[in-house]
Amino acid sequence: MINQKEVLETNAMIEKENLDVRTITLGISLLDCIDDDIDNCCSKVYKKIVATAKDLVPVGKEIEQEFGIPIVNKRISVTPMALVGGSACKTSKDFVKLAKTMDDAAKAVGVNLIGGYSALVSKGMTKADEMLIRSIPEALHTTDRVCSSVNLGSTKTGINMDAVRLMGQIIKDTAEISKDNDSMDCMKLVVFCNAPDDNPFMAGAFHGVTETDAIINVGVSGPGVVKTALEKVRGADFETLCETIKKTAFKVTRVGQLVAGEASKLLKIPFGIVDLSLAPTPAVGDSVADILCEIGLEYAGAPGTTAALALLNDQVKKGGVMASSYVGGLSGAFIPVSEDQGMIDAVKAGALTIEKLEAMTCVCSVGLDMIAIPGDTKATTISGIIADEMAIGMVNQKTTAVRIIPAVGKDVGDQVEFGGLFGYAPIMPVNKFSCDDFVNRKGRIPAPIHSFKN
Amino acid sequence: MKKTVITVVGKDTVGIIAKVCTYLANNRINILDISQTIVDGFFNMMMIVDMNESAKPFGDISNELTQIGEEIGVIIKCQREEIFEKMHRI
Repeated sequence: MINQKEVLETNAMIEKENLDVRTITLGISLLDCIDDDIDNCCSKVYKKIVATAKDLVPVGKEIEQEFGIPIVNKRISVTPMALVGGSACKTSKDFVKLAKTMDDAAKAVGVNLIGGYSALVSKGMTKADEMLIRSIPEALHTTDRVCSSVNLGSTKTGINMDAVRLMGQIIKDTAEISKDNDSMDCMKLVVFCNAPDDNPFMAGAFHGVTETDAIINVGVSGPGVVKTALEKVRGADFETLCETIKKTAFKVTRVGQLVAGEASKLLKIPFGIVDLSLAPTPAVGDSVADILCEIGLEYAGAPGTTAALALLNDQVKKGGVMASSYVGGLSGAFIPVSEDQGMIDAVKAGALTIEKLEAMTCVCSVGLDMIAIPGDTKATTISGIIADEMAIGMVNQKTTAVRIIPAVGKDVGDQVEFGGLFGYAPIMPVNKFSCDDFVNRKGRIPAPIHSFKN
Repeated sequence: MKKTVITVVGKDTVGIIAKVCTYLANNRINILDISQTIVDGFFNMMMIVDMNESAKPFGDISNELTQIGEEIGVIIKCQREEIFEKMHRI
């Protein structure tokens, strides 16, 4: 039988160290909503989402109460809208109608975000893909809860540089349209290389075409728990350090597995995966950067950061994998800047640059995340940053992403405020040298040699 | 049988256990195990109970216990045992 020490340990994790389940994300296939009439399509999409997800929020709350563990977000991901709307949408405006339908459905069932306003264009763009991409600024600006993602490359296909170039401009336009609000629409837009079909985390969640009708995916979190566990072994050798992270990750992930199983049972929807994640929030003590400091760095970004992060990420996976029957999504430590107080402090201290963050993305999930840059950064420069990150993903056979905010009217020294879980971010300097001639070449970067495994 | 763990944490005072046990008895909740310690000067009690005979839903019992806790100045939490079992056992 369970003993008092174990009960106290679990409850201390929840109450003092911010252990929570970050999200239960319900993936819903909308492939059966395809129609050649836009209004019919919208109506089918709305009905399918509401019918499938109507119990998600109440069930989430019930689980929270029964286990005494906070479930911070209940969310929905749907089939990439470029596929669902491809037949019905004749213009970008038609796609915006679909975005509004997603928003209405999300509000009706009470989820805080809905992902899947997405296009998968790693090799080429269909007309529908391009229309959806061009509609993103307006779609995000006229909705509250819709998140958008675009997959621009993969290890198997290479990088679609035409789409990379277009997305540089789309990110600029998304920033411009929400300039009165610190360009915050950009928070809801992410580009990927090797995007997973079962990611539960926003803004990049979508329900891939390889998935079943509906599925429950869960993302766990617990940087504070890992940090506290490491405080107890300060100064110990690497073996002890790694074992401590592994054991803690196991415990954190088991909670995710339990919640996922329970949600699946109550909603009568199959369980998909647990995302073995360390996802920070701006709350003090809920920081991945603080773990890096506990490992022995003065600030995140100091020499040794990439090695420390590689170690952390690997142990989180090793501990988590045994705790869950199916793992997937992005799995690993997240290093967003604005959502992590330790990262913000590191930027302010001058310890952390975009280039160092880029190196860090080689060894962890996911990519350049929630980084605010000067509003006058050129679209081609943003495309260059994206291309670099996509190349890291393509060559290393991992998921990488870019979620960057070119805050209109702001420059280095200023900061942008996003509020809530999204936090705030100091504007980071961007390399001023041009990559125009590189980005303006047409076509795509071929797949790397190690993709030919047949 | 679904087991539930009830934890009571707070400043030690007369009648904490009596109050909680009376509530449990009135609601046909059977106590399977009970232990108590003082940690950092705070009263810590843990009970493992069986709620199968209780007519009330879990949520109501949890809320009412929280309320009793507020009345006597302690924090009472009610959680299904699986969260501890899963976390600490392979």
